[in-house]
Amino acid sequence: MPAIEVLDLVKTYGTLRAVDGVSLEVAEGEFVGILGPNGAGKTTLLETIEGLRQPDSGTARVLGEPVWPRNPALLPRIGVQLQASSFFERLTAREQIRTFAALYDVPVATADEWLERVGLEDKADTRVENLSGGQAQRLSIACALVHDPEVLFLDEPTAALDPQARRNLWDLLSGLNDSGRTVVLTTHYLDEAETLCDRVAIMDHGRILETGTPAALVRGLDAPARITVAPGALTLDEARTIDGVDDAAESVDGVVLTTRAPAQVVARLAEKDQLDGVSVHTGTLEDVFLSLTGREYRA
Amino acid sequence: MSRGTTFWALSTAILRGFVRDRAALFFSIVFPLMFLVLFGGLFSDQDQSEVEMIEVGKVQLFEDLPGPAKDAFDKTFDVRHSDDLDDALEEVRKGDADVAVEQDGDTLIAHYTQTEQVKSAITQGTLRAFVDGSNVAASGQPPKYSFEAERVEDESLSTIQFFTPGLLGWAVAMSASFGAAATLQGWRQSKLLRRLQLSPVSTRTVVGARVAVTVAVALMQLAVFLGVGRAGFDLQLTGSWWMSIPMLVVGTLCFMAIGLLAGAIAKTAEGAVNMANFFVLPMAFLSGSFFPLDSAPAWLRGVSNVLPLKHLNEGMLDVMVRGEGPSAALLPIVILLAFAVAVTLLAARLFRWETT
Repeated sequence: MPAIEVLDLVKTYGTLRAVDGVSLEVAEGEFVGILGPNGAGKTTLLETIEGLRQPDSGTARVLGEPVWPRNPALLPRIGVQLQASSFFERLTAREQIRTFAALYDVPVATADEWLERVGLEDKADTRVENLSGGQAQRLSIACALVHDPEVLFLDEPTAALDPQARRNLWDLLSGLNDSGRTVVLTTHYLDEAETLCDRVAIMDHGRILETGTPAALVRGLDAPARITVAPGALTLDEARTIDGVDDAAESVDGVVLTTRAPAQVVARLAEKDQLDGVSVHTGTLEDVFLSLTGREYRA
Repeated sequence: MSRGTTFWALSTAILRGFVRDRAALFFSIVFPLMFLVLFGGLFSDQDQSEVEMIEVGKVQLFEDLPGPAKDAFDKTFDVRHSDDLDDALEEVRKGDADVAVEQDGDTLIAHYTQTEQVKSAITQGTLRAFVDGSNVAASGQPPKYSFEAERVEDESLSTIQFFTPGLLGWAVAMSASFGAAATLQGWRQSKLLRRLQLSPVSTRTVVGARVAVTVAVALMQLAVFLGVGRAGFDLQLTGSWWMSIPMLVVGTLCFMAIGLLAGAIAKTAEGAVNMANFFVLPMAFLSGSFFPLDSAPAWLRGVSNVLPLKHLNEGMLDVMVRGEGPSAALLPIVILLAFAVAVTLLAARLFRWETT
């Protein structure tokens, strides 16, 4: 039985089809990312799967149970993080997570343990308003996990964090499905989806355009690799004569070679002892998005 | 056990949030208390202050006053001496003294201004009485008529007795409505409402915890007001004052409903509190929280009857200081309950989960 089964889900607001016929299946223990630019309908999709919103049509089942109408039997088995500030005002981090623990009938000791696991034991007595963005996200995720749910939903957990804080949070997030927990997260960061997720669903204008592992999506793209050689090491004409190079162009970083056989080209460059400052750039999810929508990815 | 612990955890969280909110504490306790101290202090000493008199030269009449008259004279006037009439008149003109008195032969001359009408009337009446008394004494005949003043306890309430229930009503109305409005809006904006919806807690438990905290705050306000009133201003409670407790509980529900309505209409937490204030402050004026409505025009008193705070204030006045029995609280309680139900239903209709 899949952990999550979504079939032909539609949710409209007036004339806006925020979720426009989405079907999605997530296996138990899988870490799935819903990737798309702002306004793609990710949050509406996630909140409909969580059971917060009534779909116009279609069904969503989590752990085999229907999510709408509010299903009290299901709620203790799922964990949700809606956004960082969904806290009781003016409580300290410890009071916050203990309050959430009480909502799920979880002992205080477990709550304190989670505070430690997300690295907030030093901030236990700090009020939530005084936590940094990254700390607030950690606390918010800990509050979503305090009752050890089987399925965890995270809505843009790293939005509005600086790059350093984002990467710190990735360390925490990447281990969340180790014990067989299913995790669904939305993000508009391509690198995040690529790093964390077993499988990525690319979403735009309320529809899921493609689903697959990040590597398979990029492979399926059949996009050429770009190899950049340090300036002055190679002339354009020399570059074009290398076997496997389809095209070459000058850029501020040096000469950029376009190829469908990057391994062969790199081997040639090695023979000529011209590997200094070489960088290889294969296709990314950004290219996948470009080829799916015909426009540049903009978060 | 589950629902009990959840209820306590939620109540504790909400109460902590309240006592750590300096603005909320100020507006629900300190601010109304400031009014109590202000009104209690301003109006407690209703006795006329002494009349400041300048005795120019020597006024023989004052020296010759018999014992009891001399006592009355000393109580009424605060006398300074001066030998320069012009200086004394200048002081009266400036308001530094109320009256300058000189004796010219057998004539007593009082110089006063009309600015302080009460004081000038007291001055004239009293001095004339002294002159008449002295004339009678000089004639050697016993006075034919005598005069005695006896004070009757009046029905109207002393200042503190009137203001304590009214200001308490206003304080409870403010904290209950602001609290409900701010919580609803704040929780909606932070998505905490949604978060709670996705936890296995029932709506009943969440609402119950919020109501419990607000009622506890109202009872705390009652204790503080009665404590300060008794300790500082000699507040006297009458027989069934304890009936103010159930009345405050119902009043709290009623004003929470008004706060919910404000929270349902407004789009931000600040907007919700302002909206609640917009309902409560005019209502406090029209419900006799700040001044008695006895002398207000009839139509205004008619308007005040459709305001829940008016009934809370009147009910509390009846049982706390007017000595009415417990049954006096019943009608206000029924009216407040009806308001609470009606306004809650309206708020529920207008409620939206999302702010946009």
